[in-house]
Amino acid sequence: MDVSYAAVDSPFGSLLAASTERGLVRLAFPEENVDAVLERLATRLSPCIVEAPSAPQPVLRELDEYFSGRRREFDMDLDWSLIGPFGQRVLQVTSEIPYGGVLSYSEVAAEAGSPRGSRAAGNALGSNPIPIVIPCHRVLRTGGNLGGYGGGLDRKRWLLELEGALTPRLDSSR
Amino acid sequence: MSATLPPFQRFLDAEREVVWRFLVASVGRSEADDCFQETFISALRAYPRLRADSNLRAWVLTIAHRKALDAHRGRARRALPVAEPAAVQEAATAMPEHDGELWDAVGELPERQRSAVTLRFMADLPHREIAAAIGCSEDAARRSLHEGLAKLRKAVTA
Repeated sequence: MDVSYAAVDSPFGSLLAASTERGLVRLAFPEENVDAVLERLATRLSPCIVEAPSAPQPVLRELDEYFSGRRREFDMDLDWSLIGPFGQRVLQVTSEIPYGGVLSYSEVAAEAGSPRGSRAAGNALGSNPIPIVIPCHRVLRTGGNLGGYGGGLDRKRWLLELEGALTPRLDSSR
Repeated sequence: MSATLPPFQRFLDAEREVVWRFLVASVGRSEADDCFQETFISALRAYPRLRADSNLRAWVLTIAHRKALDAHRGRARRALPVAEPAAVQEAATAMPEHDGELWDAVGELPERQRSAVTLRFMADLPHREIAAAIGCSEDAARRSLHEGLAKLRKAVTA
C-alpha cells in the first residue's frame, strides 16, 4: 500500500501529513525529523512512500478550518494502521470527547477498559500518530493540570484555548 | 543500518541523478524523460518485494537499462494504468542539462557496448554488476566495455 506525504501549513509551523488510500495515517509536528518519520512509516506500513505536491484536499481544508475556528469536528478519513489494539480503544474514547470538552486520563482509562490504569492510557495517548485530529489534547490530569503532550504543552494549551475548553491565561509568562 | 528498505522517496532522491545521466547517455535527452519516469514507476511497483539489503542502485539501473533498450528498439510503450506519482514527474523535470557531443558517439555504439559504457561511466557499476544488468558473463562485459571505449576514442579523436 502506497503512502504519500506532504507538508501542511499550520499555526504551529509546517506539519507533515502522511496518507494512505484509507486516509490520513500520520500527522507530525515541525520539530519531528522528517527522515525518522518516513523511516518509521516505511518499517510499519510500506516502503512505497512518495512525496506529493500537497496533502489531500480534505486534510488541507479541514485542518485549515479547524485552526481558524470554523470547524469543530473532523470528517476526513483516517487510517488507524499505526495504532495497536489497546491504543485504538484509548484513542477511540478520545475521539469521542467533544470539541471544547475534556476528560481526565483516569476517565479515559476507565472508558477504554484499561486494567493497567491511567499511565498506560497516557502512554497510548502519547503515541497518538494523528494528533489534533484524534484529539488527545482534550485529556488532562485529574484536577485540571495539563499533563503531557507530544507536541509540547504550549500547543496543548493553544488548542484547548482555541476550543474554549480553557480560557486564555492573563499572566505574561505565556 | 536499518533492516528495512528506505522510503521510496529517499531512494528516488538518492538515485535520480545517476539514473538520469545514464538514460541521457543511453537514449538522448528527448527520450530520457519518458524512460526516467517509466523506470521509477516500474521501480515503485516492484519496490515492496525487494530485500532490505539489495543493491538499490544496481537494481534501478537494470530497470533503466531495460527501458533504454525498449526505447532503442522502438518498442511501443505500454500505457500505464496507474497515475504517475507527481514525485516521479518532478524528479525528471528537475534534472540538469547535459551536453551531447560525446554522448552522441555513445549512442552510435552497438547495443552491448553502449550498455557497458553507460553503466560503467554513468552508474559507476563494477563489471560484475554490468554483466548482471546486461545479462552476460563478466568477461563478455569487460570485453564490451573495452571495445566500446576503443570505438569512442576513435570517434572523438576523428
